[in-house]
Amino acid sequence: MSAETLYPLHNGIGNMVRSLFPESAFIINPIIGLISLVVLVSSLAAVLILLERKVAGHMQLRHGPMRVGYHGILQPLADGVKLIFKEIMQPKGADTFIFYLAPVLPLTATFLVMTIMPFDHHLQLADPSGGVLYIIGVSGLSVLGILLGGWASNNKLSLLGAMRSGAQMISFEVSLALIMLLIVMLSGSASLRGIVLSQQGLIFDWWIFKFPFLGILSFFMYLIASTAELNRTPFDLAEAESELSAGYHTEYSGMGFAMFFFAEFVNMFVSAGLATTLFLGGFHPPLIGISIIDGLLNLLPGFVWFFGKTFFIVFVYMWFRWTFPRVRIDQLMSLEWKMLLPLNLLLLTLGAVFMMLGWAG
Amino acid sequence: MKATIPKENLLDYSSRYLRKVFTGFYSLIQGMEITIKYFLNPKTVITQQYPENRDTLEMFERFRGPVSMPHDEKGQNACVACGICEKACPNGSISVLTTKDLSGRKVLGKYVYRMAQCAFCGLCVESCPFDAIVLTRDFELSVYDRNELTWVLNTPQIEQEENAND
Repeated sequence: MSAETLYPLHNGIGNMVRSLFPESAFIINPIIGLISLVVLVSSLAAVLILLERKVAGHMQLRHGPMRVGYHGILQPLADGVKLIFKEIMQPKGADTFIFYLAPVLPLTATFLVMTIMPFDHHLQLADPSGGVLYIIGVSGLSVLGILLGGWASNNKLSLLGAMRSGAQMISFEVSLALIMLLIVMLSGSASLRGIVLSQQGLIFDWWIFKFPFLGILSFFMYLIASTAELNRTPFDLAEAESELSAGYHTEYSGMGFAMFFFAEFVNMFVSAGLATTLFLGGFHPPLIGISIIDGLLNLLPGFVWFFGKTFFIVFVYMWFRWTFPRVRIDQLMSLEWKMLLPLNLLLLTLGAVFMMLGWAG
Repeated sequence: MKATIPKENLLDYSSRYLRKVFTGFYSLIQGMEITIKYFLNPKTVITQQYPENRDTLEMFERFRGPVSMPHDEKGQNACVACGICEKACPNGSISVLTTKDLSGRKVLGKYVYRMAQCAFCGLCVESCPFDAIVLTRDFELSVYDRNELTWVLNTPQIEQEENAND
């Protein structure tokens, strides 16, 4: 049984459109997909902001937002309305075009990565065979957006914050790319769907367990590197609001700031989704080999499993954020260049050795 | 000459490095345990939903609100109009206006307290030798007219005499 026969690539909506409009289906289907993606990203931003605030509140012995709606459910909507009505101010002497272009770029990167995220067997907008390379490429857009935002603000502190943030993100992307390469090497495929399908079977066939001991290690290293790449605590040097005057988005107000903010939060979801895809078996249910339980687990559709695992990792990110103290910039850089990078290269070598000996998978 | 630290050999350095790696991770995990404990027990939340719980709200014990002068059931207060509180007040928010009673003794006429100027420092209460004034625990003090913030704390003497005659 090949994967294509087990898990059909076409979903019901696309097939319906293809049967109704056979000539123009190749235009209508992508448009439907993109619209659904926009809806998903905007709703995810709202959900994640509310979730972050509630989690932070309960970890600090307080409620989060409680006033707007039941337990503050409508709070993101109220925040959005407030941000829309705020005046957008441009610093004197700023480069207008770049100043308004910069907030758009991080969100663009998020959208571009979301297009190839395998939510389910038949819920994926596109599946390029070089998906991992594509992700490593387009995630550079968010670095570009941050650098441009700091540069166009005509403000020395913003520029310094942007430089420091850009250096941090570029550094940790090296580690992130190496870990992704390890998984590509193990699964023998660079497309995200291929990586997920290489983890078929029981829970022990996920890469975090299938690759003995080193899988868990590389998973934790992925968590560390992606936390740093997302500019979140303990590595959020870029936006230390309290002591460094907030870095690259100091001069932004209203929707410009909101764009950076949303991009940061949705990037967190994207990063967690990639962790799910690479290590936690993507949309596969955690089967354990007992047929009764496996039948129950298989009843749930794949995207429920995907979102469940992803939100668990998002919760872990938030848990990190509200527990750990911030690191200094030299500690951050030495962590990357002196610890994570050598360890990653060692992992890559060991992975190759394990594959030669036939221990991996 | 500042004494330089002797260079440690490679074995010491690497052992210290590895030990730091493990102890560091252990301490991070300890911190995460604490936060997840708080997250999973919503009862540990210590903030209060203020306007809703107004009826049951118990302001905490050492809160310093506006000054008041307690009166016993006969309407008598303990103030002897010595004026120490007036001298102790840094803002001049207290004025002790004295009168003479029938026998010519100096007694308290009006105890004027201007809450708009009060800093709620409690120096008047500490300096009072007779404990005639206390700090209350009220905190909803906003009014629309500034004149409402000038209070006379004691019940006037005429009322006191009427009460004594009863």
